[in-house]
Amino acid sequence: MNTLPYKTYLNSPTGIKSWLLTKDHKRIGLMYLMAISLFFLVGGALALVMRLELFSPGEQFISAQTYNQLFTLHGAIMIFLFIIPSIPAALGNFILPMQLGAVDVAFPRLNLASWYVYVVGAIMALGAIVIGGVDTGWTFYTPYSVQTKGAITLIVMAVFVLGFSSIFTGLNFIATVHKMRAPGMTWFKMPLFCWGIYATAIIQVLATPVLAITALLLVLERGVGIGIFDPKMGGDPVLFQHFFWFYSHPAVYIMILPGMAIISELMATFSRKPVFGYKAVAYSSLAIALLSFVVWGHHMFTSGQSELSAMIFSFLTFSVAIPSAVKVFNWMSTMYRGSISFDVPMLYALAFLFLFTIGGLTGLFLGTLAVDLHLHDTYFIVAHFHYTMMGGTVIAFLGGLHYWWPKIWGRMYSEKWARISWALVFIGFNATFIPQFIMGSQGMPRRYFNYLDQYQPMHAFSSVGAYILGLGFLIMVVYLWHSVKNGPIAGSNPWGASTFEWTHSTSPPDPHNFKEQPVCDHEPYPYATTIFKSTNPYEMDDSDK
Amino acid sequence: METSTATTGHEERPEFLQHHFATAQQQRETSKLGIWIFLVTEVLFFGGLFCFYAVYRSWYPEMFHEAHKLLNVSLGATNTVVLITSSLTMALAIRSMQVGSKKWTMINLGMTLALAGTFLVIKFIEYSHKIHEGLVWGKFFTFGEIDATNPHLFFSVYFAMTGLHGIHVIAGMITISWMMYRTSKNHFSADYYTPIEMTGLYWHLVDLIWIFLFPMLYLVG
Repeated sequence: MNTLPYKTYLNSPTGIKSWLLTKDHKRIGLMYLMAISLFFLVGGALALVMRLELFSPGEQFISAQTYNQLFTLHGAIMIFLFIIPSIPAALGNFILPMQLGAVDVAFPRLNLASWYVYVVGAIMALGAIVIGGVDTGWTFYTPYSVQTKGAITLIVMAVFVLGFSSIFTGLNFIATVHKMRAPGMTWFKMPLFCWGIYATAIIQVLATPVLAITALLLVLERGVGIGIFDPKMGGDPVLFQHFFWFYSHPAVYIMILPGMAIISELMATFSRKPVFGYKAVAYSSLAIALLSFVVWGHHMFTSGQSELSAMIFSFLTFSVAIPSAVKVFNWMSTMYRGSISFDVPMLYALAFLFLFTIGGLTGLFLGTLAVDLHLHDTYFIVAHFHYTMMGGTVIAFLGGLHYWWPKIWGRMYSEKWARISWALVFIGFNATFIPQFIMGSQGMPRRYFNYLDQYQPMHAFSSVGAYILGLGFLIMVVYLWHSVKNGPIAGSNPWGASTFEWTHSTSPPDPHNFKEQPVCDHEPYPYATTIFKSTNPYEMDDSDK
Repeated sequence: METSTATTGHEERPEFLQHHFATAQQQRETSKLGIWIFLVTEVLFFGGLFCFYAVYRSWYPEMFHEAHKLLNVSLGATNTVVLITSSLTMALAIRSMQVGSKKWTMINLGMTLALAGTFLVIKFIEYSHKIHEGLVWGKFFTFGEIDATNPHLFFSVYFAMTGLHGIHVIAGMITISWMMYRTSKNHFSADYYTPIEMTGLYWHLVDLIWIFLFPMLYLVG
């Protein structure tokens, strides 16, 4: 029988002050995990309120103005407070240094600062909700965002502040990957999770400052009327869209690349094979990061940009499909003739493949100019980005969470309830968003409070799906919470995985990560040459069949 | 491999070496990489404003030409000289600590600080003059004697860019003061002067941005 290690990062040192002033990347990662989980549940609850309202046409129990505020908050919370920091700042913080064989990230104090900056930004965003509400949508398009009442200035400043937190994290991770790798760990011996987080960090560092200046200019426009987005004064509101999407398109890759990074780990571990085409998967992350900067115009096909630039942006948008497909095909090839075990993290990885492929392919519909004119600003868009952001990133995040949960806490969650929850999430998610693809293609516009009777059955279907999804998450919260104190002890390597955080560290890890400095003397994922013994308390051979 | 392969074994760890680094060299290189990445984010931050400048200058070239005449070139040129000189004293401050001279480090940092202050004073004179004449941004623009469309946009650009730059000068002054404090407390030596060096890199960027702003705003013609 396994026992928990005596001294871990969780219990040494003790006291609330030791947590609030910690410079340990694991504790900061865990603090991030708590914060983003909280905001995910808040953002999710807002979505459930909206789905209930949309069950039937007309006003049910909230006003149109409240509805506008709800979808704005859902979007702003999910994007700025949950998805962007989710995988990098929570799981990345915890796992990246360990996978590299490092004691900590390059700049531990900056790491802690990024958490506090995040908290300040979050308080500002929540303050905006309390003191006036925001009804612009998370995109804050001018001129509406300049004219409307409400706490726009405060929430835009919150976005500015949150951007700093994101930049700090990105900067830290780039320096960590460059300078903190274990002896022997060359670039192409790094686990692919590190590659994905590295590519993400590059985008965070290059794109976020542009969002910061955009936010600042919007605040100046609203506060002191500098006129640059105001056509009455010779300015241009479309310029705001260019500025905004120059950040926010790369930002969607800030959201998806870490998800892809997790999937690479899961595919290798649960197929007991090195990732097929390791270098291609690594380079495709960088390719996606680079391409992400040259496709922002595809958000503006209907905003009056020239036909030529629309065509160029359309073409460039299609080219993103290439590195994305490289990844998907390589993951599938990784599974081919692998020794696959369907543990819960792997179930999420498989769900990711299914959902992300739908999300990615419908993205090509939207990148096609003629089709986009029809689908622009409909529920088709809503369904598309939920398939990529939720079906992609959130599902991958859950896969990663279930994968590293035993590392973080040293205990396993209930396999049975995790499977039930997974099934509810998968079914509920599809039931919510497949009808939205259909009604979108039939012309149901997004962000509308009311709708024509003909869309009622599909809206009702979608609402029921959302509540199934909600139930899945509720169960997840319960069994994960329960496992922290009561789960069976996991042992150092319950999945029989090959990376340093499993092979060279206890669960939960020592405050200094490793007893002795790991040295990398093998190719990544060396399943062909090494047997990694599993310490899983659930009998592995039951789930293997 | 630039990482810790070259560990020197049982050597004494110097006091300034943080626990998660293997060697002083690794710590120094990491700090340097970090500050360079930070400078990249600064360039992109200002890049948004340069983009804003480029768009409106290409839309209203005549207006930019007319409006720039209202700026005071001699004050701008003086400030350019002041900032370039401050970059020199900053570089000399790093050099002084490299050769272990605490006294000259303090003198050079102090001169840099004084020059930065001079820059802000001159900027303040320019600003108050502009505000007095109503040569300000957007909706507060009241200056009548200019024959061009939307001249207020030029001043929106002017105040946004120089204002953000001014905030960076103030941030630089705070950092330099902190470096002077740490120097006086003997935190640095010829073996360890990384924070001064990082401050210098930041200060040169602030200087460099001004070197772009000066011709773009004052010398448009």
